[in-house]
Amino acid sequence: MSNIIEVTGVSKNFGGVVANHDISLKVKKGAITGLIGPNGSGKTTLFNSIVGFHPIDEGSITFEGQEISKLQVQQIARLGLLRTFQQTRIYGKMNCVENMLISIPHRRAEFMDMFASHSKADREKALSLLEFVGLYEKRKLLGGDLSFGQQKLLEFAMALMNEPSVLMLDEPTAGINPTLINGLIDRLKKANEQFDITLFVIEHNMRVIMNLADQIYCLAHGELLAEGTPEEIQNDSRVIDAYLGAH
Amino acid sequence: MNKTVLYTVLLIVAAIAPFLFPAYGTQLATLWLMIIVALTWDLTGGQMGYNSLGNIFFYGTGMYVAAIVTISLVYNVADYTDAAGGGTFKFTWAQYFAGMALGSLAAGLFCAVCAVIIGFITFGLRGPYFAIGTLGVAIAAGELVSNWDWVGGGQGIALPVYPGDLDQGKIVFYFLFAGLGIGIFLFLKWLYGTRFGLAMNAIRDDEDKAEGMGLHTLRYKLTAWAMAAFFVGIAGAISAFQLIHFEPLETAYQTINLGIFMVVCVLLGGKGTLWGPVVGAIVFHVFKEVTWNYFLGWQWVALGALIVITVVYFQEGLMGWLMRMRPEWFGLTVDESGKVEAAE
Repeated sequence: MSNIIEVTGVSKNFGGVVANHDISLKVKKGAITGLIGPNGSGKTTLFNSIVGFHPIDEGSITFEGQEISKLQVQQIARLGLLRTFQQTRIYGKMNCVENMLISIPHRRAEFMDMFASHSKADREKALSLLEFVGLYEKRKLLGGDLSFGQQKLLEFAMALMNEPSVLMLDEPTAGINPTLINGLIDRLKKANEQFDITLFVIEHNMRVIMNLADQIYCLAHGELLAEGTPEEIQNDSRVIDAYLGAH
Repeated sequence: MNKTVLYTVLLIVAAIAPFLFPAYGTQLATLWLMIIVALTWDLTGGQMGYNSLGNIFFYGTGMYVAAIVTISLVYNVADYTDAAGGGTFKFTWAQYFAGMALGSLAAGLFCAVCAVIIGFITFGLRGPYFAIGTLGVAIAAGELVSNWDWVGGGQGIALPVYPGDLDQGKIVFYFLFAGLGIGIFLFLKWLYGTRFGLAMNAIRDDEDKAEGMGLHTLRYKLTAWAMAAFFVGIAGAISAFQLIHFEPLETAYQTINLGIFMVVCVLLGGKGTLWGPVVGAIVFHVFKEVTWNYFLGWQWVALGALIVITVVYFQEGLMGWLMRMRPEWFGLTVDESGKVEAAE
């Protein structure tokens, strides 16, 4: 399998705080890659760097072989590299269907496409994806009126609507009712297999990430601590130390 | 069905109003102007979340462009403005209406281009910074024009009087404003149903998310403002002919009057709704004229109180309030099962 994202020697400082130092990792095409680490270890910073949310200080990031570290957020999103947010972000004053309809891919949007009406195909796709995440009955509610967990599901459905080649999920199960987590894991796996979307997932819930990921990277203090299969990570004493706070 | 009846009744009322109330012809025309500027303000302010305080710039610029085009079709602009309304500058019927038609079109197009250029800079600002930035543009433009002798400086420009019966002229101007207003309403009704409407709402709700989803946000913002500017520019052009004489600070770039009124109309009626600006403009204009007539001396106090009450206690506006009280009228908050958890 080829690498769809390659991060090489990326560093990012905020003032005197070293958020990421010399991080290199690879996301394999078609796989599910996990990113774990204690709070403040630089996971979200790395995500923000990859999607172009802020410039990086050093290093290189490529997506499908193309250097993207100098591109803007929108350009990277249009290449097919999408992320969801830790603090869920949906369009609060629009209903679920509208949230979905505006999330169509804008890859080849021409000027006149701005005035296009919503095609039947788009509507059907929106409804079937809402069905897929279990929000079909709520489709006429405003996004902002959904519960936090439902908003997470809506954001996930919006991301699928955009037909990305890579989806980066920042803590997809945080704030979700434990009884729903198994359903979410199934859906993530389905999105990966059926829709052929490469997943790159930040997750604190060890049970979830061990179930989900093919390959896991562990960050601590802004540096790459360990990498390996779920079994290797589970048995890595450095990872255990990092989580339990032994130094 | 009900809607068709409602729209038909409203159109008939609009068509016969100037004949029913001939004494209020100019008032009713001004009411349409308020509706026009409120609807176009809401296009960026309500639907897209970009509260421009500078839309009055397009009104004033529209006036000047229309005037310059009309004059330059027949005379030398510098000679005309030098005479400051004196001299013998005659316009025939044909020259007058050709000037009005070409001038209005030029005003709209010029303002749309201005919106793209100014927007390219100011759309880097968000929230209150955008409001202040655009207000600065409008104020600066007023000051610059009032020191520009070629267009009459602080004295402004006097355009030719309507070539015909003046009462007839009032009705003509009423229908020009009404036609423009109805045209804008229908245009926006269509626009809000397309992808453009959803994109503007998405930018309003969370612009960072919209960028993250790959939306061409700047393209949408510039186009939206250019459309608003186009219509306000035309409205300014018609105003220039209706008012005959206008000057830069109090009439054309009147930031503290019409520039603020358009915002208050929208807030009063309900931001981000199609009917809100229309309802708000009507309520506001009636309120304003009543206080001007019956509480003279206190009219600005009453107006200030209305603004404060609207902004502090009634931000959702009339339509927003109606949407909250009667959500089913708008097809909102329909939960078809109430047991989504069980669907897992």
